[in-house]
This record gives sequence, structure tokens and C-alpha cells, in this order.
Amino acid sequence: MTVKELSDSFGFSVLTMPEPEREVRGGYAGDLLSWVMGRAEADQVWITIMSNVNTLAVASLSDVSAVLLAEGVTLEPALIETAEQKGINVLRSGDSAFRLAALLGPAV
Amino acid sequence: MGEYLNFHYDVDGENFVSAGQASVELKKTLRRLGLPPETIRRLSIAMYEGEINMVIHAGGGEADVDIYEDKIVIVLKDHGPGIADIALAMQEGYSTATEGVRSLGFGAGMGLPNMKRYTDEMQIDSTVGEGTTVTMTVYLS
Repeated sequence: MTVKELSDSFGFSVLTMPEPEREVRGGYAGDLLSWVMGRAEADQVWITIMSNVNTLAVASLSDVSAVLLAEGVTLEPALIETAEQKGINVLRSGDSAFRLAALLGPAV
Repeated sequence: MGEYLNFHYDVDGENFVSAGQASVELKKTLRRLGLPPETIRRLSIAMYEGEINMVIHAGGGEADVDIYEDKIVIVLKDHGPGIADIALAMQEGYSTATEGVRSLGFGAGMGLPNMKRYTDEMQIDSTVGEGTTVTMTVYLS
């Protein structure tokens, strides 16, 4: 499933999607950045409520296919621009990380 | 086997927000060199954790990346307070980071363990009151 297909299927808000055709293979949920870097794998969708500039750095370096911000958390406009420039897909949902993981689990 | 590329980065200790610039630059460089994506990922994360450590604990420092035909060596050097108990610092979950740092998502006590996890060899040389040098090696097969 691509990031665009994932977003369309579940009706997530798109904050930026510079790479819609990236494949999503599994997911990871967590907010402690080093924990994410240690455990998340490339091409996973990363569910988090952490939405600062370091989130984008971790997403880029960990090579996740998309960041999915939970609980209605959003990114500052300047960071949305940064994400776009760095080719990081950022989606958003009002659901909790628990709910999102349960929803996406069977799909990815 | 001769050394053929060296990159030097200064890590700004005052600017937490820009931490990661050296890692992003390194990632771009490694991509240009055509290294496998997983190798790039490992090196970039190890470098980023090192950068963050220097910003959090040491007021910045410097990084040197030597790219050889068969391996990549990253040397991170700072003049911070040093690490009193390296074995303790290597334990997952142990951290001396402040609450402010934790609120940014760091300070999970996973920095050094991640650096070890993603590299083939890691050596820490540290003297309390003088600073720390971390040398990480990834072999290219």
C-alpha cells in the first residue's frame, strides 16, 4: 500500500505528501525519538504525538515512509514546509495512537 | 587500503533545533556515493545520536567522518564534562538529560545504545572534566 492509498483509505488529513507513491510496510508507534530510531524500520508508518523539528529529522534519518500525527496534533506551518523540502510525508488524525495502530495493523 | 574521503563537521552546542544538520549532510553524501540504503540509515542514525549527545551534554563538539573503501569511521569529539561511568551510560534507559530535553522527545537513555546497535564497532574514550571521544566503525561488505 502506498502512502497516498493509506491516507485515502483512512481519511487522514494531509499536512504534506511530497512522496505519495512511497510504499508502507508495517508501522511503529512511539514518542521518544531515540526509541523510535532504535526500533522503527525503514518504510514503516510512524505514529506519534511528537511534532517538533526533531521529529522531522528522526523521520528522515530513520527512513520511515510517513509520519502520522495522532490526537489531532499538528505541525507549525514552517515545519510543514521543511517536511515538504525534505521529502517527508506527514499525515494527521484526531484518533489516538492506540486506535490508529489498531486500524492500520491489518492494512499494512 | 588508502583513505579517500574525509568530512569534518562542527556541531553547534547552542542550537538544539539545528542539531542533525551534520547527519543530514552525511546522509546526502553517502547517498551520492551509492551506499546501500540500510548502511546509510545505520550511519545517519548513529551520527545523529552522537550529535544530539554533544548538544545535550557537552555544549557541542566536532565530528570527522573518514570513508575508506572497506569501512566508514565516525569520530565524535567534545570537551564536555566526560562520562564518569561508561557501563552505566551504555545501559538502555539510563539518562542524565534534563526535563527540558525530555520534553523535546530526547533523554530516553537510548542514544549510546543506538550508536552501538547501528555500528559494527564502538569505542568510548572519556575523561571526567576533559571530554569524550566516541569512535564508531561500520564495515562495508
